[in-house]
This record gives sequence, structure tokens and C-alpha cells, in this order.
Amino acid sequence: MLVRWVGVVLLLLCGAAQALTQDEARAVAAGENDERIAALHKALATGDAALAPFVQALLADEVKVSPERVFVMRGGQAFDAVTGAAALLPEGAEDVVNNNRMRRELDAAMAAVRLFSADRNERAAAIALLRDRADEAMLPLIAKAKAAEGDADLKAQLDRLEATVLIASDDPARRLAAARALGASDQSAVRSLLLDRLAAGVESDAQVRAALRASIDAVESRLAWGERLGLLFTGVSLGSILLLVALGLAITYGLMGVINMAHGELMMIGAYATWLVQDAFRAWFPGAFDAYILAAIPASFLASALVGAVLERTVIRWLYGRPLETLLATWGISLVLMQAVRSLFGAQNVQVENPSWMSGGVAVASNLTLPYNRIAIVVFAALVLAAMALLIAKTRLGLFVRGVTQNRRMAACTGVDTARVDTYAFALGAGIAGLAGCALSQVGNVGPDLGQSYIVDSFMVVVLGGVGQLAGTVVAALGLGVLNKLLEGWAGAVLAKIMVLVFIVVFIQKRPQGLFAMKGRSAEA
Amino acid sequence: MTPELMEAGSAAREVLAQRTASGGRSAAFGRSVARAEPDFVHGVALYLDDITVSFDGFKALNALSLAIDAGELRCIIGPNGAGKTTMMDVITGKTRPDEGEVFFGSNINLLRLAENQIAQIGIGRKFQKPTVYEPLTVFQNLELALAADRRVRASLFARLSAAQLDRIGEVLERIHLKSEAHRTAGLLSHGQKQWLEIGMLLMQDPKLLLLDEPVAGMTDEETERTAELFLSLEGEHSLVVVEHDMKFVELLTEGHKKVTVLHEGSVLAEGQLADVQANEKVVEVYLGR
Amino acid sequence: MKSDMSKLGHPLSNSLSLSRERAGVRAGLAIALLCICVVVPLLNLTVPPDSAFHMSDYAVGLVGKIMCYAICALAMDLIWGYTGILSLGHGLFFALGGYGMGMYLMRQIGLDGNYRSELPDFMVFLNWKALPWHWAWSESFIAQMLLVVLVPGLIAFVFGYFAFRSRIKGVYFSIITQAMTFAAMLLFFRNETGFGGNNGFTDFKRIAGIPIATPSTRMVLFVVTGLVLVGCFVMARAIVASKYGRVLQAIRDAESRVRFSGYDPVAYKLSIWVLSAVMCAVAGALYVPQVGIINPSEMSPAASIEIAIWAAVGGRGTLVGPIVGAFFVNGAKSWFTVAFPEFWLYFLGGLFIAVTLFLPHGIVGLFRRLKERAA
Repeated sequence: MLVRWVGVVLLLLCGAAQALTQDEARAVAAGENDERIAALHKALATGDAALAPFVQALLADEVKVSPERVFVMRGGQAFDAVTGAAALLPEGAEDVVNNNRMRRELDAAMAAVRLFSADRNERAAAIALLRDRADEAMLPLIAKAKAAEGDADLKAQLDRLEATVLIASDDPARRLAAARALGASDQSAVRSLLLDRLAAGVESDAQVRAALRASIDAVESRLAWGERLGLLFTGVSLGSILLLVALGLAITYGLMGVINMAHGELMMIGAYATWLVQDAFRAWFPGAFDAYILAAIPASFLASALVGAVLERTVIRWLYGRPLETLLATWGISLVLMQAVRSLFGAQNVQVENPSWMSGGVAVASNLTLPYNRIAIVVFAALVLAAMALLIAKTRLGLFVRGVTQNRRMAACTGVDTARVDTYAFALGAGIAGLAGCALSQVGNVGPDLGQSYIVDSFMVVVLGGVGQLAGTVVAALGLGVLNKLLEGWAGAVLAKIMVLVFIVVFIQKRPQGLFAMKGRSAEA
Repeated sequence: MTPELMEAGSAAREVLAQRTASGGRSAAFGRSVARAEPDFVHGVALYLDDITVSFDGFKALNALSLAIDAGELRCIIGPNGAGKTTMMDVITGKTRPDEGEVFFGSNINLLRLAENQIAQIGIGRKFQKPTVYEPLTVFQNLELALAADRRVRASLFARLSAAQLDRIGEVLERIHLKSEAHRTAGLLSHGQKQWLEIGMLLMQDPKLLLLDEPVAGMTDEETERTAELFLSLEGEHSLVVVEHDMKFVELLTEGHKKVTVLHEGSVLAEGQLADVQANEKVVEVYLGR
Repeated sequence: MKSDMSKLGHPLSNSLSLSRERAGVRAGLAIALLCICVVVPLLNLTVPPDSAFHMSDYAVGLVGKIMCYAICALAMDLIWGYTGILSLGHGLFFALGGYGMGMYLMRQIGLDGNYRSELPDFMVFLNWKALPWHWAWSESFIAQMLLVVLVPGLIAFVFGYFAFRSRIKGVYFSIITQAMTFAAMLLFFRNETGFGGNNGFTDFKRIAGIPIATPSTRMVLFVVTGLVLVGCFVMARAIVASKYGRVLQAIRDAESRVRFSGYDPVAYKLSIWVLSAVMCAVAGALYVPQVGIINPSEMSPAASIEIAIWAAVGGRGTLVGPIVGAFFVNGAKSWFTVAFPEFWLYFLGGLFIAVTLFLPHGIVGLFRRLKERAA
């Protein structure tokens, strides 16, 4: 049957165009499938320019038939299928129903026509469609298309299409040539095809088998780079998220010794702040929607920092030096915060959209597209890290924080308001958590439970990285991100997570102070 | 390194070599040593040789060598940061030195033992800050310090024998806390806590006592009584006392006892108190240039 | 001298207030036993349902459940209140004990499941043809009960051995216990692990051949739970009063000193840790037949943290306190989730904050202090 319509299309190209008649249209649109398909082929043979849009309309379920005429619906108004003139839809006009088989035939017809379309994208789409239905009968069609094809990339695709067809040819010589030719590809679909051919019992000729194996190796090595890079990127992406999440914790725990179990909820507040800013922009500045993220960043920082400052003043400052109590109290705070958000905004997730410049991605290899939103987060995390390091190392506030945490009494003696510094330091850690929440809103769901899924991970980063050193947090976050993704590819997401946790627990036993630790006499936990 | 020290050291090494025929070190040796008795035959109770401890580049102890005779009462003085507490940490196993050797008697290598093992073979330490078990009573504090079977099962079913009760009573007398036996330790005065801790030390029946600033915060009268207590212990026990209070040191070192001055992690001077106090280097170090 | 010392004798027996306390405890135990074994069965089984004194089945189930929690709180007091080890992962042992019992109960369903198969429903659903290896002994009550005790005990032993030997303590230790239970929860959520995935085990029909949902079975479970609770309490008191208990407290307050006194804290910590794990496991095994379901959410970090708050609210280091705390918090939970479900988490969160800030000695501690002031 494929032969028939291919031949028909060729005729179409060679022959003169003739008009589509009402009878022909009706024959394609109504009746038994077999008859309709035959009529379709016949109509193709006549080569009417109006056929393509008609087939298109059929596929889009926009065609209706009455006993005499065939109509195409557009925007609620009926048009004559043949003349294109506006017409009145009679009573009793029926919808045209296309089952799967019919659809396939219609699709194939469209693709065959589109191979010669003036629009490059249409031609590319047509090639992609035909790739799934490789048949030797297509060869002349492909040859003709290649001859007419001006675009080099599409020409290469047509070559591959040809090879895909030839690989199943009856002639071993043709198969051999095809097997060799396909070795130049970097598509994973080609690898699957080659592997299928190599599977037991399919390919009998030994020489062809050897060629297939060689080509598979070639394609795989090209693909491997894409895969490795992809893995590394997802690892770094996850690592950058973990870093943002753990950075705030590194300040509050590493510098201040406060175990903050509400850290996840401070992140959640930042994410909700982002959502509110997004909705505000959508309501009041719809034109500038894409810029909402620039307002959301400071908003989420401030929102979380504010909540953090309040927490510090009311609860946490009374618990300094009592880490276990702090842990329990902050757990209570996290419960309260989660419930508050549920009461205010509902228990379901809320929708946060990426601004358009963060949607989509850059294709780096045939099997690897790096999403823009994740790239943006990696950059963002690096910026936040740099800003924080500068703040701690170069500003007066940073100096005070370091002084207070290292020797509170001496700092107080030199006139530092230790209480205020504590509040600022905690608020800073909280604010960074807010920034992490803002970042998370761009890649994941935002709901009251957002913080819960990250709390264990963030503590693991701090525990692994060692207390008191930012470098440890960075290394631990990135390392865990990459490790997690590597294991995921091998054992699946859940087992990977479990293995990472077990690894950390074991590592901590060998080296209780973490990767980068403060050494000294007072190393007693 | 004095000739006597070198002799003591080589004697210790000989004994060690004899004990381990293979000449190598075996884990089993370390374990059996925990229950072994220190050998004071050569007259040396404690022997430190070339101990170096550095924290991140800073040398807390710098090739420190020291020997305490059996039954001796040695006072160790020195400015802050001289390494006195670190030295005690090394002896009791809290800190491992980067280099050097530590021997208890001539046969027990302390570097191979854990803290609790070191305590069990007869080295008791009193910390700078009195660390008693505050919620327990004085009696219970002493009971815990008893030199008895310290394993879990023994503790579960422990009952005090008459002999043990007597021993607790003895120590209570010695540390002047008989009347406070059932008072919660946290409620004692600072000086009383110090004594309680010394009492706990005595309960362990140690052969070597390491006392880190034992009279810090005590009144004059308490200081005198403490000096008496230590002097009464001398002979059957060896004592190493680290102190800043020079009056106390004078009380202790009456009768030609040796004083060691530590500075920047090693021994600066050693000898009679009067000689050491007149030593130019010591004066410089204490009073600055 | 000798007569002096024998008058001193055992320090606890000396004080009048202490012997009064002992009498009080004995009285309390007697009352508790009476309530458990006589009063409640009467009120539930013999008193007619329309009477004001009738204790409903729901109430019996609730109190039975809370008693299981109280056993966990008691275990937490032993390791946290007396030894200073805050575990945020004890829910794992509770859940493992529950799963152990659950496996037995699933087998007891026999051919009465939805699929009328020898295999439990969830296995049929997953197209499994035979029991996995870890279900090998699930037919036998005795073997399964042994597993309830041995498996959590062994896991606790291995975890504790490595953790305590590396001298991990304080917050670090708490965090890794959290990680431990979180990892286990993830594992049990997977269907492949063979524990019913995220649905867990439910729809039990029988226990030891006797139908499980009848008032008499429920009462038997209730009484057994109550007796176990009382037994654990008595055991805990004996432990705490012994020299071993004093060493534990010493470890809590000054661990390095304990080492310098010649004790090896690892052995002590490990023994109490394993004991507390086994207590929780037994509690879990008693919990499941009364509640009728077990699933991986019992292993969530949140569940374990709640155990800590029961002990803290009641009063750490008192043994009675955690039991009081368990009843208070879970009673409040039952009330809130019926009357004002929105506010339950505010209450619980607020409880965490209030207890750490204002009530460090818990309810029992407050009570004792008021009593002292009145005296």
C-alpha cells in the first residue's frame, strides 16, 4: 500500500496538477476505510494543490460531510472543501471520524507531500515522520527528495534515512554499505536501529554483522560524550541547588552553632515570596512579566531574612549553647510555619512559571540539551557564594560575625553588640535560604512541604563538609550532587539516595569532623 | 637529656625488647598490658622521651623529655601556653603525640592504650576545672571512682562490699568531706569540689597522680590542707603537680624536691626551687624581657 | 569506723523523702496494674454500652496505642534523659518491630485475602510467585517474635557500635540517626523491598488463629501492652538505680571524666542503646495489631522527633515523666484532630518551643518543683 501512494506522489510530481473534485473529496472523507484509503491514493495521483490542506483538515478533525458536499470547519464557519468558499452547514452534516489506521495513512500522505514543501521546517518534520516507516519502496522518493534538497543538514538526514531503509534490504551488499554509512551518525535512534539489526537472528551475513558492530562502537563513543557531559551537568545542577540550600545552614550552624530544623521552611517562604511577586507582576505589570525574577530575588531574601530575624529574637537567642534544645525548638517552629502557610495559601502546590528567557535550553550535543533554568541556577549559586564569601571576609558585619562566633566575650569587650550581630548573622543565613527557595521555585514544585524534602540533604552537606569552613560546604554540596546523579544512573533514584546517605554515615565515622575541619585542642564535639 | 635519663630509657627499651621476643609490636601485647602491672624496678615511674605535639603547625610540645621517679612528688611550673596541660593529655591518652615515647614504669607503653585503660593501670588525673558528677552525691561520685570491675554486667549487679564501703569512708575522711557524704556534688563549694575530685582520684588507687592546678580557687587554709594531703601521699604514690600558686609550690617542695620549668613545649630548667627561681632564663621567661 | 559506714549504708535508703518516694511509686504501680487488668476490662466488656461508665472500643484502642507510645517514650528517656543521647531515629525500631508483627499477621490472613491466595495480596498484585527469603519464618509466631527483637536489636547494635566507637555525639549523632530512619523509609516505600510498598500491611484478620477485630482480642492486647509497659517501667527503675545507671548519668554529664575514671563509655552507651531499640521494637509489635495497619510513614523523621517531644514534655530523667508526656501529647492530638484539626500542628509546634524555652524539666519536673515550694 505504501508503494501505491509513493508511486502516486511521484506521479504527482511528474504529472500535471489537476483540481480536487467534490466526488473525490467525499470519497476520501466518507465510507469504509479501505475505500477511503484507495480514494486517497487516487486523489494523490491527480495531484491537486488543494489536497494537502484537505488532508490536513481531515487530520485535525475539521471536516464534515453532508450527502452532497464536503465542508471544512474553520473558526466555527463552514467552508466548501473544494472551492474554499464560505457555505452554510446543512442539517444532518456529520463529522468525519478517522481511526488510527486512517490517521497513519493521512500522516504518511502529508509527509510524502511535505518532503517537497518550500518550508524547511516542514521538510525536516516530514523526514522525521518517515524515519519510522522505513521501506525499500521509499527509495526512489528519497532519491528524488535528495536531488531537490538544498539544505546540507537535511540532505545528511535524507542520507541517513536512505541508509535506514537500506539496512533492511534483501541485498547483503546494500546492507553492508548502509551499515558502514550509519557509523557516521551521532543519534541514539541510529544506535537502537543498529542494535536491533545485530540482535539474535536478524542479520545473517557475517561481514554485515562486523560492520554493524564497528558502527555501533563509533556511534556509542560519540554518544558517550553527550551522556557523560549530561550526567556531569545534572550533577552540578543538583550540587548547585544543594549548595544554595546548605549555604544558609552553613552560616547558622557552622558559624553560630545553631541547628535550625526550620531551615527548609525558610526556603519555602522564599519560594512563596517568589510566587507572590510573580502573581503581582502578572496582575499589574503583565508586559514586564519576564523581569519578575529580578524583583523576586530581593523579595525572597528579605522575606526569609525577616522571618529569620523574628525567630532569632524570640526563640533562638534563648537557646544558644544548647544545640539539642535548639534542634527541638526549631522543629516546632517548622511545624508552625508549614501550618501557617497552609492556612494562608492552601495545602496544594502553587504554580510558578519560568520567565520566557529561562525556558527551553541549549542543545550541546545530539543527545544533550542543557536547560536554561538550570544553567541560570548554577550561575546564581556561584554569585551568591561569591557575595557571601566577600561579605564574611571583607565587610565589617562579616568581621563582627567572625569575632562573635570565635570568642563572644572578647568581642563584647571590644564593644561589639553581640546580640545584634547574632540577629544579623541568623537573618543572613535565613535570607540565603530564601534565595534557595527562589531558585527551587524555578525548577520544582512549590508547596508547603517544599522544605521537608531538602532538610535531610542540607544537613548531610553541612555534616560532611565540616563545620566552620565555607570551602567544605561547597565541596560537599557539589560532590554529593554529582555522586547522587552518578549513582542514580546506575541504581535508580531511591537506591541512589539511600547509598549516598549510607556513604555519609560511614564517612562520618571514619572522619567525624567532616571534610574540612577546624583542628585544635578543643576538637571535642 | 641527662645521662640518668638515657640510662633509664635504654633500660626500659631492653626490658621491652626482652618481653617481645619477635622484636615486633603485636596488638595482643597492648591488650595484655592493660591488665599488667607497671614495673618500678628501675626507679622510674614515668618516662617521656622527645615528645612532640603540633596543632596545625603550632608546636604545643617540642621534643619534651622528662622522667619522674617512683614515689616522687614533682612540681611542674611554667608560663601559660608552656604545654603543661598538653603534656598531661599525652600521658593520659587524650592526645597522641606526633613523635616520642611515653612509658609508665619501665614496661608499659602508654601510647598503645586507650584513656580508660590508662586509668585502669593506675594513672589518675585531676583536671584544671573540677569535673565531678554534679547531679550525683559525694558518696556516689566516690563509688563510681572505685577501682572495681568497670564492665557493664558488673555495674548492673554491683553491690558494695563491706571492704569497699570502708574504703569510701577512708577517702571521705582524707578529703574532709565525711559530713557531706550525701550532699549533691553540684552544691559543694569550689574548694570542696576540688577535694572531691582528688578523692575520686584516690579511689582509683593510682600509682601515679597527675594534678592540674589542684588548688586553683581555694582559700589559704584549704591550700595548706591540700599540701598536707599530697605530702602524705608521697612515697607510696608518685605525684606530678602542675601549679601557678608559688606559695603552694613552696609548701610542696620543702625537703629538696625537684621542680621542672616548662617553656614553649620543652624543659627550660630543672632542679631545686630556689635554684630554679634564681635561674636567669627562668626569670626572663616569667617576667619577660 | 565500720559501724559508721554501715549507718551510711546505701545512700538512697537513708533519706526519708526517698523512702516515701519509693512507697509512692509502689502505690502508683499497684493502681496502674489494677486499672489495666481489672477496671478497663470491666468498663469495656461487662458494663453496658449505654451506661456513662462504659469505655468504648475506640477508647480502649486509643489507650492501648498510647501505651505503646509510652514504652517508646520510656526508652527515649533511658537514652536521652539518663545517657544524653538524643536519637531522632528511634521510630525506625518501632516501625521494624511493627513490620515484624505485620508480616506474621499478613500470613495469618491465609486464603481470606482479596486474591484468595496463599501469598499476601500485595505480592499477588506485583505478580510474585513465591515468598521472598525474608518472609521465610513469617508463618511461625515464635520465630517472627524473635525477629521482632533480633532484627532491630542487631541494626541498633551495628549502627551504635560504629557511631559510638568513632565518638560521634551531640547534634551530629542526632542528625545521622535522622538520616538512618529517612533512608530506611525510602527503602520501605519501594515495592521491590517486599514490605508492601507505600501501602504497607493492613486488613488483618487473625492473630494466633483468633479473630483480631473482636472485643476480647482487643482487650487481651490491651492488657498485654499494659503489662509490658509496667514491666518496662520497673526494669527501667532498677537499671537507673544501679551503679550502671549512675555510670550512664555520669556519661551524660562528663563523658571524658568517665573515661579517665577507667570506664569504657562505648560499652555502656551501646548496651542502653540496644535495649532502648528493642523496647521500641516490642512496642511497635504490640501497636500494629491494635491499630490494624503499618506503613513506611511510621519511619519518617517526624515520627521519631515526636517521641523525643513526649519525653521532653513529660520530663526527662524521671521515667514517669515520659509516660505522662506520651499520654498528654497524644491525648491532645486525638482531641485536636477531631475538634480543631487545623490547629493541631500549631499546638504541637508551640509545645516544642514552649517546653524547650520554659519547661526544661517537663511537666513532672514542674510538678516536683511546685511540691518542693509548697513543702
